[in-house]
Amino acid sequence: MKITEIMRILDARVLCGEDWLDQEVSTACGSDLMSDVLAFVKEKTVLITGLTNIHVIRTAEMLDIHCIVFARGKVPGEDVLEEARELGIVVLTTRHTTYTTCGLLYQAGIRGNSDCAPQASDIARGE
Amino acid sequence: MQEFSLVDVYPVKALDYATAGDASATIKRKLKQLGVDSTILRRIAVASYEVELNLIIHSAGGTLTLKMNPTEIQLISSDVGPGIPDIQKALQEGYSTASEEARNLGFGAGMGLPNMKRNADEFSIQSEMGKGTLIQMRFHLS
Repeated sequence: MKITEIMRILDARVLCGEDWLDQEVSTACGSDLMSDVLAFVKEKTVLITGLTNIHVIRTAEMLDIHCIVFARGKVPGEDVLEEARELGIVVLTTRHTTYTTCGLLYQAGIRGNSDCAPQASDIARGE
Repeated sequence: MQEFSLVDVYPVKALDYATAGDASATIKRKLKQLGVDSTILRRIAVASYEVELNLIIHSAGGTLTLKMNPTEIQLISSDVGPGIPDIQKALQEGYSTASEEARNLGFGAGMGLPNMKRNADEFSIQSEMGKGTLIQMRFHLS
């Protein structure tokens, strides 16, 4: 699914990355715990979070996450957006809560990373 | 063992949350420029970020060292204390002694060490109370 479609489903507004909206996203992760995001995320993931600090962008950078959605209408500071812009990360904001945001995307066919059980030792290896 | 063509040492300050991830971002960008495969690079980046965060959250300060030769990449974290009282406990998923401050930033879920272990091809940790902790991670390139 393209990021433009995600924007339509979530009635989301783009905060930065207008030029990269035609990128594909195949899975999603909703969490305010960056520790969990670091442990479970795969490629082409959209990250849905209510946390708006710089560490969200850093975490996305490490994992090659190209799209972040801030829920509940949250808008991060300009320093956070500037960092995202430099890294080519699309940042969106939606008025929906994290729960509803995840629900809407799930309903539209985007699934979570199904093999992300903590015991799976090979998750991050892309196996 | 082949000699390392690249050896970089990054100092990491205790409790310096503002710059958390700077060393890992530099490491990732450098290795990307050197043409490291993107799947391996992501594993290195995650492990590096986790260990850098650990130095900031838990240690009294230390260094993160990146070494590379044609067959492998090593990440070595060395700090000056306080040491880990129970390594087996620290290696359990969900076990964390992180501060409220670290948790408020989205960390301290007790996934750090297990996540490093999962991402590295070889992982070793040694710790001595009052002296410090040494973590070595190796990533095979071929």
